[in-house]
Amino acid sequence: MPNALKTNPFKTLQSKAWFNLGARFLALIIVFLFFAIFVEDGKFYTLRNLENIVRQSSVYATAALGMTFVIITAGIDLSVGSIIALAVVVVAWTLNIQIDGPNGELVYLVHQYPFATPLLACVLAIAASSLVGLFNGALIVRLKMVPFIVTLGSMGIIRGLAKGIANERDIYPPEETWIGSLMDPTLTNKAKSWMLLPAGVWILIVCIGIASFILKYTRFGRHVYAVGSNEETARLCGVPVGRTKLIVYALTGFFCALAGFMQFSYIGGVGQPTTGIMYELFVIAAVIIGGASFSGGEGSILGTIIGALIITILYMGGQQMGWPKWVQEMVIGGIIILAVAVDRLRHRKLA
Amino acid sequence: MRGIHKRFGATHALRGVNISVEPGEVMALVGENGAGKSTLMKVLSGAHAPDEGSLFLDGSPYTPGNPLHAREQGIAMIYQELSLAPHLSVMENILLGIEPTRRGLILWDEMKSRATAALSTVGLHKLSPETPVNQLSIAHQQLIEIARAVALDCRVLVLDEPTSSLASKDIEKLFALVRSLSEKGISVIYISHFLEEVQALSHRYTVLRDGETVGSGQTAEAGDETIISLMVGRDVNDLYPRSQRNPGSIALRTNQLAGIHKPRSASIQLRKGEVLGIAGLVGAGRTEFLDILFGLEPIASGGVTIGTFSGAALPAQRWQQGVGMVSEDRKTQGLALGLSIADNLTLPKLDELGPGRLVIPSRQVKVCAPWIERIPIKCQSARQSVSDLSGGNQQKVAIARLLHADVDILLLDEPTRGIDVGSKAQIYQLIDSLAQGDPSEGHEAKAVLIVSSYLPELLGICDRIAVMCRGQLSEAKPVEDWDERQLMATAIGQE
Repeated sequence: MPNALKTNPFKTLQSKAWFNLGARFLALIIVFLFFAIFVEDGKFYTLRNLENIVRQSSVYATAALGMTFVIITAGIDLSVGSIIALAVVVVAWTLNIQIDGPNGELVYLVHQYPFATPLLACVLAIAASSLVGLFNGALIVRLKMVPFIVTLGSMGIIRGLAKGIANERDIYPPEETWIGSLMDPTLTNKAKSWMLLPAGVWILIVCIGIASFILKYTRFGRHVYAVGSNEETARLCGVPVGRTKLIVYALTGFFCALAGFMQFSYIGGVGQPTTGIMYELFVIAAVIIGGASFSGGEGSILGTIIGALIITILYMGGQQMGWPKWVQEMVIGGIIILAVAVDRLRHRKLA
Repeated sequence: MRGIHKRFGATHALRGVNISVEPGEVMALVGENGAGKSTLMKVLSGAHAPDEGSLFLDGSPYTPGNPLHAREQGIAMIYQELSLAPHLSVMENILLGIEPTRRGLILWDEMKSRATAALSTVGLHKLSPETPVNQLSIAHQQLIEIARAVALDCRVLVLDEPTSSLASKDIEKLFALVRSLSEKGISVIYISHFLEEVQALSHRYTVLRDGETVGSGQTAEAGDETIISLMVGRDVNDLYPRSQRNPGSIALRTNQLAGIHKPRSASIQLRKGEVLGIAGLVGAGRTEFLDILFGLEPIASGGVTIGTFSGAALPAQRWQQGVGMVSEDRKTQGLALGLSIADNLTLPKLDELGPGRLVIPSRQVKVCAPWIERIPIKCQSARQSVSDLSGGNQQKVAIARLLHADVDILLLDEPTRGIDVGSKAQIYQLIDSLAQGDPSEGHEAKAVLIVSSYLPELLGICDRIAVMCRGQLSEAKPVEDWDERQLMATAIGQE
């Protein structure tokens, strides 16, 4: 058979990837239409509700960016919910730091430096979260432990640490700051409507761009796919397998910190150590619905974002339909299984 | 089995195979790697359905839908790779899937007695059926697999290269067992490419080549020569090109190199413009030797010098020093099957594919084009997934990777295992042209170190051959000083 073919094979192969993404997008539309039709009085497609969907899904989606990297390397990170809580608590804790004032009395740092203190909070939270990710990665790479077990353990450790820093209570910062208003509504709030979308959502959009670019166009991104597709091959080809995995888990920590900032703002600027419980499941579900495979080597950022939107719409739509909590939970669980089952069937057909 | 055809995508693996075996007969199925033996056995065991042709068992049509169905019909397979559940006990393994139960509960007493009976048939009277399988030696594990077949009252027993991982003492025991099973009326299909085994064991033989039956007959009436010529079926000189080569400077040198377990001592000198072969039995330490050279396994003692670099290095550093390796098992080690040809081909050398550390996919595809054409790799485009390709073309991708990385030294571990004859010929051509170099095009002659179990191939393309025997590498001698018999004798330590 000659190498030159009649049809342009590039187009067919490229379009296969777009077809996968398109099918997911279609599923998203169907889920959305379902609630748009069945939630009474058109409440579901009000501006306020759409905005809420975007705000809520941003938290999942941001954490899911890191998880996409991890799952492409055939790993898993169960500690994301706890890392988000850690970031939330560290932010609130930093905003509550007190220092000696000019007259010897204690004053809040944030009152002295209303802009710089939240920035310090972000830096500390990012550092703490990325360190947790590095810690996960180091155990997985150096001690050759299974990611599931390592992150199951750190899920408990980090949740405990967050509660410890917060003394098992919610931390209320003394002052509203810009970090607490990251996710403030914009479309329904005249004063901020020039921003179009909340600042946190803009951060997410930038991150989507960067993460997609890294995965597709950088050496590190290609290494992530190679490690997940066949670790032995990657090692044989001189890919720094350990370092790639380490970075991937650290990245998850980093993105969880960003998700934590959004969560901090979304729950009203409170340092709640019990926030983000079960988020790991929503985040993993978003990545899997987005087309990644637990056996590694597959997955895309755009797919993950669609997955996060589907999960959020199901969750919020179910609430607005007045479904009891137990029905909501069963529906979301069912959708996850359905998504993976459809994927398997498709794979079998291709093979 | 009559007129069996099987296609996999573009590959026509079986093109008209006829075999038959009588009750109580040992039939040897021989053929080169890639001749279609394993595929044929998968059809027999129900793992693959044939595209054409029919199977008969005791005169009536037999259409196994799946491996379990085939087992129920009394056809038992013992594959090269053992398929035992390592954590379960001997008896659980023997009766796996056919556990005696009453109302869903396992009858442990009956299980034990049936397992013991099966164990004594295969000569393991003393083994407790409660021993976990992972505590047994490989030879004993293989016997457990045969006991599993016996417990099933099998009528046809298929053994796929059963001796490849056995010591010679265990081979004798296995032969005795096979003979006693055939005396009980069990038909045995014995797959091997060791002709001594065929002569020692079988009543009849059938030869497969390129997916076709090319001959069969009584073993006693056929000499090795007859069978070999049927297996090869072509003039050996055409297949193995060897142009005039001019060995240059020393590219790689090892001095009594030893690994943690294997090899114990290996010293070689490999020159540019030279193809050096390493023969030996599976498990002698050849693969480990290459792994150590490439930095995949640690050096226990001894020295390596590559060009001007001395000592141990990581695979990434070896690539930079101009060394590339094609591993023995392309599916589990060599290639990322799910990724594209372009991804696999460029993986060790992703630079120059974009500004800085970026990798631009369209450039990745573009740099692959010349290799796809030159080697050639049969594919639709460089974006195609490697899993879509035939084994031969997959292997060519693995080799093209070294060429893209522009290495000076190629370490090839079983580069032609399990691939079709056409691809083999192309790979031999390629190795020859690499070793020769092309000064007019500015291609320097490369150094090639090739490990192979297939002796005609080594004798055909190498300049010099060394033999690994139990971790000890012999001196490399010019290919003219070797023949197959001597190589084999050295490999089994009788020279």
